[in-house]
Amino acid sequence: MKRSLSNKWIAAAFIVPSLFIFINVVLIPFGMGLVYSFTDWNGFAFAGSNFVGFSNYAQIFSDSKFMTAFGLTFQYAFFMIVFVNVIGLGLAMLVTSKIKTRNFLRSVYFLPNLIGGLILGFIWKFVFTKFFVQVGDLVGSESIFFDWLDHPTAAFWALVVVGTWQMAGYVMIIYIAAIQSISDEVLEAADIDGAGKWYRFRKIVFPLIMPAFTISLFLTLSGSFKQYDTNISLTGGGPYGSTELITMDIFKTAFNLNQYALAQAKAIVFFLVILVVTVTQVVISKKREVEQ
Amino acid sequence: MMKRAAGRYLLLEVCAWLLGILMMLPIYIMIVNSFKGRREIFTNTFGLPESWSFEFYAKAMEKMNFLTAFKNSLIVTVVSIGLIIILSAMTSWMLVRMNNKLANFILLVFVATMLIPFQSVMIPLMQYMSSWDIPAIGLSMVNTHYGLIFMYIGFGLSMSVFLYHGFIKGVPIALEEAAMIEGCGKWKTFWKIVFPMLVPITMTVGILNLLWIWNDYLLPSLTLSSPALRTIPLSTFFFFGEFTIQWNLAMAGLVVSIIPVIIFYLFAQKYIIKGVMAGAVK
Repeated sequence: MKRSLSNKWIAAAFIVPSLFIFINVVLIPFGMGLVYSFTDWNGFAFAGSNFVGFSNYAQIFSDSKFMTAFGLTFQYAFFMIVFVNVIGLGLAMLVTSKIKTRNFLRSVYFLPNLIGGLILGFIWKFVFTKFFVQVGDLVGSESIFFDWLDHPTAAFWALVVVGTWQMAGYVMIIYIAAIQSISDEVLEAADIDGAGKWYRFRKIVFPLIMPAFTISLFLTLSGSFKQYDTNISLTGGGPYGSTELITMDIFKTAFNLNQYALAQAKAIVFFLVILVVTVTQVVISKKREVEQ
Repeated sequence: MMKRAAGRYLLLEVCAWLLGILMMLPIYIMIVNSFKGRREIFTNTFGLPESWSFEFYAKAMEKMNFLTAFKNSLIVTVVSIGLIIILSAMTSWMLVRMNNKLANFILLVFVATMLIPFQSVMIPLMQYMSSWDIPAIGLSMVNTHYGLIFMYIGFGLSMSVFLYHGFIKGVPIALEEAAMIEGCGKWKTFWKIVFPMLVPITMTVGILNLLWIWNDYLLPSLTLSSPALRTIPLSTFFFFGEFTIQWNLAMAGLVVSIIPVIIFYLFAQKYIIKGVMAGAVK
């Protein structure tokens, strides 16, 4: 009896500190956020706020700026998924082939990922506003080389380019791990059976790296939805607010416009969207995985 | 036959190098322009600089208070990661060994909340954390490093517990039982027997949290208001906002803020890549 009691205390000592911090940093604020989103909270003390039902949520859908940001974020996530994974997989195939400098190149491809999104955005800001303009003057191809950040559509693509540049190296690592785990015997057997390179890729490599797709798609999807750092440093939402992604809209609604309750309702909608989109993606991808 | 294959690999290698050069181009442009004068940047952003003077570096480091920012980043990152590792390893081990309904429920809570994006809790979090102020003992969670570390631990625990839990399930229990039979307490057993066996996953947890915390901008931008407390991303942000017209200075500032990461990468790249691989397989 005494022993089991002291066991409980010890177990508590291992778990309670983590749980305490976790509850206070994540769970309580999350719960508060849920409640706040149904009130007219002004950002300061909650006392004195009134419940307003779903009116914040109703307001979101008539908020054209938010809906634009929402649509833009979906587009951004879509193009990111395509480019990051196609390029990431391509890079992974390159550095798992028999080329001599594969280890060095792998390090090079991964490097942009180490630099935070904020600083990356600043580097590329110079590239787009100065370097591109000069190249355009020099070679005269001003249809590609102009200041991308000065034009709404081009600025959106600038975000995609920088995001891809950052994330491709990361998913490359995931694909490398998957490709390396395919046993040589399987591949040799295919060679002996006379399977061509493309056939071998499509029918053997591709299905066996499905689990890596599940993870990489998930990471790209949630990463692009949550993108904020590059957005603020590269375009700052401009020109004329044309490249504001959803996170920037939430931030501005709260801390610039001081509409805290509305911003929190947006934040909850944002959470639900991420939840639905990523869970759907994982369920679909999982179904396509095969056992090796 | 052999010759043709060799030729094809050469072609592949050339393509791979071209890609690598293309990817490094922005880094190159950043570096060369950090040495150029105003006129040179205006006429030639691509070529090597006429002279290699470090005057912009000295000025940038001074303006962005780089040494202080570096120290701040180092303290926040190292302490946060150390505590995340200690707390999540202890918690995960106990959850695995308890293996009852309560333990599974706690694990579920940690894992389920991994999907909550930071932006969905940041607004109430700031209000809640500032309500913790106790001026009498000087406690303040906002605008202090320990407050920031506390929040990093909170956000880092989910994924770390998840990774540790997965790893510990595969660790044989026999060794621990032997130690306990010989009278070793739980605490001692954990640190002497279990923790040393967790080194591979500890590396992964450390690396993944490092990549996140070192580069994080949003959380420190919300909590830290004193310039003296700023971390590197934060001081870069304010510095860049102030000097965008002076590109050479701005570029020198960016180079300086990246140097610590590059140095670390040179020494630890094997572990970083392994860490990312292991973290993703889970």
